Parts: sequence; structure tokens; C-alpha cells
Amino acid sequence: MTTYRTASRSQHLFRNVSRYDRWLTFATFALLSFGTVLVYAATKNWFAAQHLDPQYYLKRHIINIVIGLALAYGTTLVDYRLLRAYTPIVWGLGVLGLIAVLTPGVGSTINGAKAWIALPGGFSIQPAELAKISIILGISLILAERNGATSDPTDRDVLRALTVAAVPILLIMLQPDLGTTLIISAAIVIMIAVSGAPTRWIVGLLIVAALGGFVAVKAGVVSQYQIKRLQSFVDPNADPQQSGYQLRQARITIGSGGILGRGLFNGPQTNGRFVPEQQTDFIFTVAGEETGFVGSGLMLLLFGLFFWRAFLIAQRTNDLFGRLVCVGVIAWFALQAFENIGMSLGLMPMTGVPLPFISYGGSSMFATLIGFGLLQNVHVRSR
Amino acid sequence: MSQRSRLNLIVVQILILSLVLAMLGRLFYLQVSAGLKYQNAALSIQSRDIVTPAIRGAIVDDTGLPMAMDRPGMVITVDRSVFGKMPNKGQAVLERVAKLLGIGYSDLYTRTRLCGEIAFAKRVGCWNGTLYQPIPVTKEATEVQALKILENPDLYPGINATPVPIRSYPTLAGENAAHVLGYVGSVTAADLTNSTKQYYLNETVGKTGLEAQYDQFLQGTPGIKTVIVDRTENITRTATTTAPVTGNNVVTNINAKLQAATEQALTSAVSSARAQGNRADSGAAIVMDVHTGRILAMASYPTYDPNIWQKGLTTAQAQALFSEADGVPALSRATDGTYAPASAFKALSVVAASHAGYDLNANYNCPYSITFGNQKFHNDDTKVSGSMSLQRAIAVSCDTIWYQIGYDQWVKDGGLRPKSNPKDYFFKSAALFGVGQPTGIDLPSEASGRLPDRTWKLGYYKANKNFYCNYASRAKPADLTPFLISIAKEDCTDGYIVRAGDAINFAIGQGDVLMTPLQMIDVYAAVANGGILFKPEVARAIVKPDGTVIKEIQPQENGLIPASSSALNFLHGALRAVATTGTAAGVFGNYPIQVSGKTGTGQVQGRNANGTAKDPTSWFASYAPSNKPEFAVVMMVSQGGYGASTSAVGVKEIYNALFGVTGNTVDPTKAIFPKGSPPTTLPRIDLRNPAVKTP
Repeated sequence: MTTYRTASRSQHLFRNVSRYDRWLTFATFALLSFGTVLVYAATKNWFAAQHLDPQYYLKRHIINIVIGLALAYGTTLVDYRLLRAYTPIVWGLGVLGLIAVLTPGVGSTINGAKAWIALPGGFSIQPAELAKISIILGISLILAERNGATSDPTDRDVLRALTVAAVPILLIMLQPDLGTTLIISAAIVIMIAVSGAPTRWIVGLLIVAALGGFVAVKAGVVSQYQIKRLQSFVDPNADPQQSGYQLRQARITIGSGGILGRGLFNGPQTNGRFVPEQQTDFIFTVAGEETGFVGSGLMLLLFGLFFWRAFLIAQRTNDLFGRLVCVGVIAWFALQAFENIGMSLGLMPMTGVPLPFISYGGSSMFATLIGFGLLQNVHVRSR
Repeated sequence: MSQRSRLNLIVVQILILSLVLAMLGRLFYLQVSAGLKYQNAALSIQSRDIVTPAIRGAIVDDTGLPMAMDRPGMVITVDRSVFGKMPNKGQAVLERVAKLLGIGYSDLYTRTRLCGEIAFAKRVGCWNGTLYQPIPVTKEATEVQALKILENPDLYPGINATPVPIRSYPTLAGENAAHVLGYVGSVTAADLTNSTKQYYLNETVGKTGLEAQYDQFLQGTPGIKTVIVDRTENITRTATTTAPVTGNNVVTNINAKLQAATEQALTSAVSSARAQGNRADSGAAIVMDVHTGRILAMASYPTYDPNIWQKGLTTAQAQALFSEADGVPALSRATDGTYAPASAFKALSVVAASHAGYDLNANYNCPYSITFGNQKFHNDDTKVSGSMSLQRAIAVSCDTIWYQIGYDQWVKDGGLRPKSNPKDYFFKSAALFGVGQPTGIDLPSEASGRLPDRTWKLGYYKANKNFYCNYASRAKPADLTPFLISIAKEDCTDGYIVRAGDAINFAIGQGDVLMTPLQMIDVYAAVANGGILFKPEVARAIVKPDGTVIKEIQPQENGLIPASSSALNFLHGALRAVATTGTAAGVFGNYPIQVSGKTGTGQVQGRNANGTAKDPTSWFASYAPSNKPEFAVVMMVSQGGYGASTSAVGVKEIYNALFGVTGNTVDPTKAIFPKGSPPTTLPRIDLRNPAVKTP
């Protein structure tokens, strides 16, 4: 009897899981495994050389993944349409976190940005990562309010959505975190486009973005190091000691991997730590050097698989809210992955954003896996 | 949902697909297309070559005695990249090092600065390398000093002590031989770019002398340890290691004891010339094996200690090496000094005269003076006059006979209106004796002297025509005398013509003709050996450290002197007469070894820096034993006075050592070469236990 009940409960608990999109789940777990190996490869020899626990990062990364998967699972438990009701609360919490991180005494500054809130036990959270979810949900809620089955969002709806997004985006800009700001902004434009809003909004927003960027650089709103990063992207010799050096090193590290790579844990560039932030922002260089074109190309294909399945989910759902949430999550992941990998490849200027599923970092991992959970939630509910 | 929403979703899909494809394409370019380029770039970032200099080969004398060899030293280096992070840029550490090494702080400070970092005037001793390599501040640290540094890294951060080989010139037989051996120094930018051999930055290379000439053999191959470093330059692992290969040894023809004796003889000749009231600013002495052209000893005065280069040259020392006031000790007079050969040239004049048809066994008139045009030429070395045999004329060094012969030949060749095809017996013979041509000795630097024939005269005229034709405006006011102005006028119109005075002077080795002491000894060795002009050789063989002979240098002929056997016979008799009854009879008259030779007393135009007239160049060119010549010996003392009183006396001292002569007795056991001639076999070399022999 007891046995039966337990079995029945577990059946109930994982009933959702069996209905997940299998390919999306496969891509996610493959990327998570890949990332776990890379985080270990990026830190093992470095820590061992300093007589520290070589598995320090590995262990914490696995803990992050486990927590993240639990969050993802939790996200799929409740029908996302019910989540709509809680969206204002989620949005409010996101904004509160962003205000907290800017509050003196609460937020801590790392690498010139006030982006972290330190927690006991050596952990810290990055509210901006979780705010991404708040923003996506918030905008989806407003744009889908008329439930697109009947009519597209009006100008008023778009304006309201932009206002709702503006508050957290401004707070993120204040940290400052230009990379996240740009990625979220671009994702919002994509969401507005898919919402069916008037085309003039898309064109207008792109023009505003271009003008805004120009004015920001001219007026000195963008800080000096950001301009330098941009310059060194255009001309790697402009700032050879700092960002130019890092970008050059990143390219050399990836290029030297060749077709088959140097072998895991065997990358001389990685082990020599010629590239900074190898377990987070520049983790793709580890893949490039140690697994070569075969390994890092495979990673790109896994991302491609992930996006393909996610788009299928977005297409199949008849619910505009669900579709917008999916498109928001896809745009966020894709743009962030493109910025992160593109920076290492020399396609994009330097900004510090993590690579979804791969980079070390708790908040980013939690947010990414919640995003995965949202995709599965929409999938499960649209069958 | 609207059509627009669906359409836009597809657009976004395509957009994101293209982002993934862009990344894949770029990844393909970086890793597959340009992979090799980046692999090389990565290697140059990660790997560092640590160069362990090879032990440089030794230069040994004909008995195997090392004259130049590496000895162990201890180098102290300062790594300034460590200093950057310390208070006051590491001043306290540097002060501690200065105290430990007993060097002045300001001196040490200069040695650790890049040359660009300090004012130009204070640059002497500055560091020529980069900030990223450890800067050597001394190679002569003691073991105690090195241990103090190594055991207290907290007191001496960035300071290191490593054993290095130091080039040393041990003077085991009392020889100096600085000009023959040369010296070594750090590679320069020119060496690094301008060489077929690949040098590393901290290698030493030969700069002059044998060290430079045979550098490729002496060098050895440095050991290279390639290490992989991380971004903070910490070594993470060693990639490859090759052990250094010791350089090969150069066996020379020099005999260190003879070299020491030659140097001593030259020095005492200079001293005695000075005692006689001559300036005697410099000199050279050479001993050659007449059968092979091998150089057995070669000295130049003044000289310097070749070890100073390794100890770290002070400004004063560096300046002194090249200062006129100190006689430019760096210049090797034997090979690079050119002088009027004066009467020592008469050996060549005899051959020229025989070609011109003069009977070498006839009598000639030797008046005290002789006048051509309005110019009077007189004897210099001798007061003897009257009719005499040509042999006697050579012995007593009569000049007027040669003036007449030179003048007559000049007239026959057309005089001031030269024939289109003049005979030029004197110029052409001299050319075949090697005058005006480098001998090709195996040393990196050698002067060619000057053969003032018609071609040279024309070239000189072209180069100076402008000056003579504008003499009034270009000459110094002091030189504007009526006499000089008239000469300038002549030189302006037909300065290319060989004049009577030129021909007359040339016949006795005066005027514009210049020879190096090396050319002179080559000529006398050729007379002694029956006519073969050898390419002089200092080195004998290149031998591996294990004794294997890599290369043996065989005697090489430059040609034959243009002397018939009768001319040679005449010369043998005449040159012997010089020593028995002629100008050198006072020195060699009762000498137990039969010496043949010729004195020379060269008049020198121009004045010394203090305004005094220049004293004559003293020459003695010779060979011995007269009946069976083995050695040629030449000494030249610039401003040394008479050939007989200065150089002949010096040469006798060299023969004393060569043959083991004391007073009037010969002790063959004391001779440098007890068998009578230089060794024919290569010596054994034992650098660990060089037989230390005192001269």
C-alpha cells in the first residue's frame, strides 16, 4: 500500500517530465555536461597550481546546475497561464532586487559593476540575471493582453510594455551592465515584432537604438572603458594592454585549437591563463582550444538544436503569451550566446555576459534553467 | 494570432539561425583555415627559450698551451620586472646588492638602467637589452656573494646568481697577444640580423682577432631549454631541452713563449729608442716560418689587457683603447699600421733593377748627394761614398745609386711626357711583391698599404684636383707660402703625372709608398725561401674538444716574387753583408747565428700633435739562419730612429729567444724550437691542466 502510494506520487511528480520536449531536454543536458567539463578544465590546473582544491569550481558548478534544474522543474509544475496572474509579483521582485543591488551596503562591486548581492556561505546572486525573466514575463503579459487571437497589440499596449521594461532596464544600466542592457533591449524589440504590433514600432525602435547609441558615445554617457572596448574591437591594436590584448589572446587560444583541439585539460593557453575569466565570460576559448573545431562546433550545433526545438514550441502554441515568453527566452539565450561566443571569436565587441548553460555562475545558471523551464511549460501545456 | 506575428516569428528564426551559422563560419576560419597561424602565435606566447651559453673553444699555441679559454664565473643578474611592484622601485634592494658586491650604488644603478632611460652623457655602462630579461651586473661575483643572494631571496628579490663561462686570457707564458687573439663581446643588433648563424641575445661573439675570425668554430652551440610559461611568466613545464655543445679549439702557429719574448723585445726596443731621444710612439714585431708563412709570433705596441673586456670596461679604459694620446692601443700595428718601408724596400728595388737590365755585380757610383733639376737628394743612412759594388751599396745603404737608377728609368719611360706603354719596372716589381695588396692573413682586419703607381697617382689627382686648383681659397692660411702655392698650381694642371721626385723616392721606399710590417715580413720570407710569397696564417687547425681534427690549415701561396735566381743569390749575399759589414754589423757582426737582413730608416712627413717634427720609422727586416733560413723576423718602431740602433737590436733579442743565444753562445736546449724548426704535428690540448711554463 505504502509502496504503491509512493510510486503513485512519484509518477505524479514526474508526469510533466515525460511530456517535455525530448530534443530540447537533450540539448540542454548536453550543453550542461559540456559546460561542466569546460568549467572544470578552465579551473582545475589553475587551482591545483595554487594548491587549492582543483574541484572547487566543478563542485559549485554542479550544485548550481542541480538547484537550477530544481527551479526549472518547479517552473513547469504550474500551468504558465496561471503564472500570468503572478507576473506583476515576479516583475516587482525583479525590480526590488535591482534596487537592492544598487543600495549601498547591500550590493557589492566586482570589476567596476555593482551587480552582486553577497549571501552567506560565499554565495552571491546577480539580480539582473533573474530580472531578465521578470522583464520577459512582464512584457509578454502586456503585449498578449488582448490575446492576439482577436487583435494585435495597439500602440498603447506597446508603450505600456516599453514602460514596464524601461524600469528594470534603467536599473541594470545604472550598475552599469551594458551587455545585459543591450541584450535585453534587443530581445524586447524581437518580442514586440513577434507580438504582431505595428511594424512602425520595430523600425522606430531600431532607429532610436542607433541614434541613442550614437548620442550616448558622443555625450560621454558610455564610460571610457566601454569605448575602449569598442575601439579595440574595431582595431585590436588600439588598446593592446587591456581589452585588445584579451580579444587577441581569445582569438589565438581558439585558433590554436585547430580541428581536433589540444585535448581536455591540456590547453597551454588555458592552463597558462592567458585569457581572463575563462570559467565565465571567455569559457568558449576553453572549448575552442581543448576540443577544437569538432568540439566547439558541436557546441554551436547543440545551441542550434536547442533554438530549433524552442522555435517549434513557439510556433505550435496558440497562446500569444506563451509564444512571446518562448520568443523572449530564445532571443535572450541566442543574443547572449552570440555576444559571448562572438566576443571570443572576434565578431563582437567585449562585454561580460555569461554563456547560457555553459558558463560558471549561479544566478545566470538559475535564470537560464528557469528559462528552459518556461519553454517546457509552454510545450507541455500546448499539447 | 495575426499573420504578421507568424511572419515575424519566421524572420526571427532566420535571424537566429544566421547568427549560429555566422559563429560556425567564423569558428571554421579561426580553427581550420587560420589554425596554423594561431598555433604558431600561441607557441610564441607560451614558450620561452632559456639559453645556456656553450663553453667557447680555446685558442691554444703550438704546444697546446691555452692563450684564450673559458673559465667559470658567477653572474649576478637584476630582474627589474620584479622591482616595479616594490617601494621606491627596489632602491633598497639595489643598495643592498651594491654593498654586497662592493660596487658603488650609482654605478650599479647605471648598469641596471636601459640606455634610453638615462641622459646621453651618463650612458656608459647602461644596459643594452630589454627590461624583461635579467640584467647582468657582474660576472665576477664570488661564491660567498652568490650564496648570500641565493639563500636570502627575501632580502634580494629579483636578484639571481648563476654560473657562466667567462672568457679569459691567462697569459700562461707571459704572452699578451691581445691583437692576435682579439676579444669577445655581447652580440649586437647587427650580429643578430647580419649573420648567417643564428645568435641568441645573451651569447658572446668574437669581436676582433682570432676570436672573430674563427668565431663560427669557437662558438659552440648554446643549450636551449624551451619552457612553457603562463601569463605571469611562471614556468609551468619544460617542453624541450638540448644540452650546450662546447665550441671547438683553435690551434695556432703562435708559440706563446716566443710571443712573450717578441713582445718583450719590442717593448725594450721602444724603451731604448726613447732613451736615445726618439718619440717611439708605437711598433710591431713579427716572426714567420719562411717555409710556410705561418705566423709564430706577432706583437704590436702599445697593447692592452684583453681581460678588461670581460671585467667590464670603465669609461677611462674604453677611451684609452682608442685615444691618440695613448697611442691607440686597440690598433694592431703589425697588420693595420702602414709605414714608408724606406731602405728595407731596397730588396724590391734590386729585383726591379735586375729586370731593368742593371748588372747586379757591377760597380756603381755612390756620391754623397745628387741633384736632379733644382732638387738635391743625399744619402741618409751612410757617410760612405765613392764607387762601390751594388752589394756594398746595399750593405751600407747607399741611396744615391738608387736615386740615379730610379731617375734614369723614369726618363726612359718618358719622364713628364710618359710613354703610352711605360716599362715601370719598379712599380710592376713592387706589385708582384704584394705591395698595395693585403696578404690575406687569417685575421679580420688588415691594411693593404699603398703602391703609388700611375693608376694610384691618377686617382689621387682626381680626388684632390679641386683642392689644388682652388688652393688660395681652400688651404690653411699658414700653408699659403709662395713655394706651396707654386706646387699647388702644378698639381692642379698635371698632378696625375709621376714626377722625377716620385720615381726617385720610390726607388728607396720613400714618398707615397706604404707597407704594413706584415707585408714586409712576407717579402723577406719569400726572399729567404727562394721566392714563394705565402699567405700568412695564424691558425694551424680546428680541433674538437675530444681531439678530433676538424680542419687543418695548409700553407697557401699567394704567388712568386719576380726575382730570378741570380737576383735572389745577389740578395742573399747583400742582405748577409748588411749584418756582417753593413749597417747592422754593429748589432749582428759577432752574432753566433748567421742573420741576413736590411735596416730601414723612414723619413716621415708631418708633425706630431705638439708641433715637433716626426722621428723616422725604424725598420729591421731579416731572416735566419742565413745559409738555411727557417725564420723571418721583422721589427718596426714608429718614430723609433735609425733602423740599426732600434729595430735591429730588438730583432736580435727575438733571435736570442728563438735560438737560445746568451751573449755569444748558443744553447739549442734553450731555443724555442729545440729541433730548429716549428713543430710539424698538432699538440695535445688539456685545458684542465694546462702546463704552466714561465718564460
